[in-house]
Amino acid sequence: MAETAVAVQSDEHHAHEDHHGPRGWLKYIWSTDHKMIGMQYMFTGMFMALIGGFMAYVFRMQLAFPGISVPLYGQVSPGEYNALITNHGTIMIFWVAMPVLIAAFGNYLIPLMIGADDMVFPRINRLSYQIFFLSAVVLLASLFVEGGGFGGAWTAYPPLSAVAEYNQTDLGSSLWLIAVALEFVAFLLGGINFITTLMNSRAPGMKAYDIPLVCWMIVIASILFMLSVGPLLAGAVMLLFDQTIGTGFYDPARGGDPILWQHLFWFFGHPEVYVVLLPALGVTIEIIATFSRKKVFGYKLMLYTVVATGVLSFFVWAHHQFIAGIDPRMANVFTVTTLLISVPIAELCFVIIATLYGGSITLTTPMLWALAFVAEFLIGGVTGIFLGASGADIYFHDTYFVLAHFHYTFFPIAIIGTFAAFTYWFPKMFGKMMNETLGKIHFWGTIISFNVIFIPLFVLGMGGQHRRIYNYQHFPDLAGPEMYQLREIATVALLVMLAFQLVFFYNCIRSWMSGEKAGKNPWKSNTLEWTTESPPGHGNWPADQMPNVYRGPYEYSHPDREEDYWPQNEPT
Amino acid sequence: MSFPKPQATLRSATGIPTGRLAVWWLIASEVVIFGGLLGSYLMHRLGHPEWADAAAHTNTWIGAFNTFVLLTSSFTAVLAHKAAEAGDGKKAAKLLVLTMGGAVTFVLVKSAEWAYEISHGYTITANNFWSFYYTAAGLHALHVIAGAIIMGIIAADAYRGRELQRVELIGIYWHFVDVVWIFLFPLLYIAK
Repeated sequence: MAETAVAVQSDEHHAHEDHHGPRGWLKYIWSTDHKMIGMQYMFTGMFMALIGGFMAYVFRMQLAFPGISVPLYGQVSPGEYNALITNHGTIMIFWVAMPVLIAAFGNYLIPLMIGADDMVFPRINRLSYQIFFLSAVVLLASLFVEGGGFGGAWTAYPPLSAVAEYNQTDLGSSLWLIAVALEFVAFLLGGINFITTLMNSRAPGMKAYDIPLVCWMIVIASILFMLSVGPLLAGAVMLLFDQTIGTGFYDPARGGDPILWQHLFWFFGHPEVYVVLLPALGVTIEIIATFSRKKVFGYKLMLYTVVATGVLSFFVWAHHQFIAGIDPRMANVFTVTTLLISVPIAELCFVIIATLYGGSITLTTPMLWALAFVAEFLIGGVTGIFLGASGADIYFHDTYFVLAHFHYTFFPIAIIGTFAAFTYWFPKMFGKMMNETLGKIHFWGTIISFNVIFIPLFVLGMGGQHRRIYNYQHFPDLAGPEMYQLREIATVALLVMLAFQLVFFYNCIRSWMSGEKAGKNPWKSNTLEWTTESPPGHGNWPADQMPNVYRGPYEYSHPDREEDYWPQNEPT
Repeated sequence: MSFPKPQATLRSATGIPTGRLAVWWLIASEVVIFGGLLGSYLMHRLGHPEWADAAAHTNTWIGAFNTFVLLTSSFTAVLAHKAAEAGDGKKAAKLLVLTMGGAVTFVLVKSAEWAYEISHGYTITANNFWSFYYTAAGLHALHVIAGAIIMGIIAADAYRGRELQRVELIGIYWHFVDVVWIFLFPLLYIAK
């Protein structure tokens, strides 16, 4: 009680938390505060990223130097290799990109940026994280059960995923599937919260077009996720029944259809690309507007374009199945829709370039990450056009060209986008500035080594190197020294990239311990999260000082004002 | 521990109460789950006319009785909503308990039906029609059970005059569960 009394004296507002909320270490488990839940998602996601990165290290070592005993791991068996690549993909998409970009930043930013004190359903929010945490535990447990982790690739095509005699991982594959399904449930709960919060809990005066674009993007991503994941959830139940009780949904011998899974999977899988892309794009736009000191070029244009992209993304899924035996007439239709979707994406790039044009640009670390996102994602997008055309895809399908292509989309999204957001909002989250020099060393080290990893893989793919092969020495065409050199370059670059992440962790800890104090608004930005303390207390603003909104989020360099920014909550 | 609602929960920029908005989004996500499952079933059914032989062994009369039970329970859910709007929590709670009675009847009848079918060899692995039959109806039955449990919690609150707006929300959800069954009944029972 003494504690409570002190809190009441010092700050009426914080007393609220101490009085009602759980105390001590329990607050890390039972907190309903959106910022705490966002942090939990972020640190869980970063922890999983380390595991996913470690897996990449192990199988890249095996690919470049087949048969060696990998330091910190040992010899890689073929079964382990399959489990490693499968779980690397699964982890990086479902336990890194989604929790960090959508759940962590969505949770942290949406209430702050729309001027609310929390999510509309704080307890559902907490439940969402708890289910997510459980799903991560189930996934990690699946790696250590008898038979090892699931090795049927992250797409889990039947019959390989459905029949234990084929995949040899009876328990591993079921646990993998359960983990993924639990993860979907967690994000459905989170998504409903995000959408409802954005719709209903905006600060007084904040109209639809006054919402910062990153909030729009996260919410549109949540809607895309919600509308695409259902069929896959149903499909996952069917696959689980095939695995465990012996139904034949995907077994052609019993009247089932293995292609059905591919349809259900990719009907979700392709919108999923945009689910993770949109938050990263939103982050980029916020950062670029702030550091160009310019209004976003075409706020509504951008928003409508994103909605169009989202709608279109539901009609492109079969471009993943051009060689799966689908009707060639269908392949033509999906080629057209796939090529069409590059139009809005190109438009988004032009909007960003037009925002930069004539701006007064400061190359801070977050700005570098944001610019790198656009540049690197562009390479991913352009190489996608080859794969979207069914004619070219028949050659490229399942080669390293595909692999390099989607790493050029997912790496900018999940890693570059995350670093952009993290370095930009670090002052808000921890109240300290990050070290710029260390930040730039980390940036250049990561970006250069990233390109050195994946450009050779494009070349290898065009040379005919297939994915998901344990040891290329068994394939005379792929075992020549010119191919091994490229593989070795990629692996060494990966080691360099992983080493540069140490700079990042050192920078985080150093800045958190002894960084310069950030103040409320270190970047002189307009959006509402910069009008409160860094880090914000429980409830974000004192209860009697909740912000009102008077204008859009990007009023930089307004000609009538001396200051080059104009916070959204400043009365005219 | 009573949970203090944040301001965010009480705001309503759209003019629609937050709870109702969320329930509609929840239903949107459920629609695609059932949509995916039933879409897969339909595609298979069209490709396999011989499934009609298996479907002939489902009992249309039991299905029809359950349809009647569910529809009636939706009616009491509407009456509960009306009572809650009028501020009569006790009456709303009683009507919700009646609705739960419908749910329990539905599940009991379904259990008896399944027990009969399974004992005659029509198990979930018998062929793919039965696989879809048990998966789709089973998923629906889970929704009935979950809905009934939540209804119990809401009825207990409503009886004490608390959180009366939730009576409407569980009603919306209950109608959704009903509508799913309206799709399942013809697809699994009537189409022979």
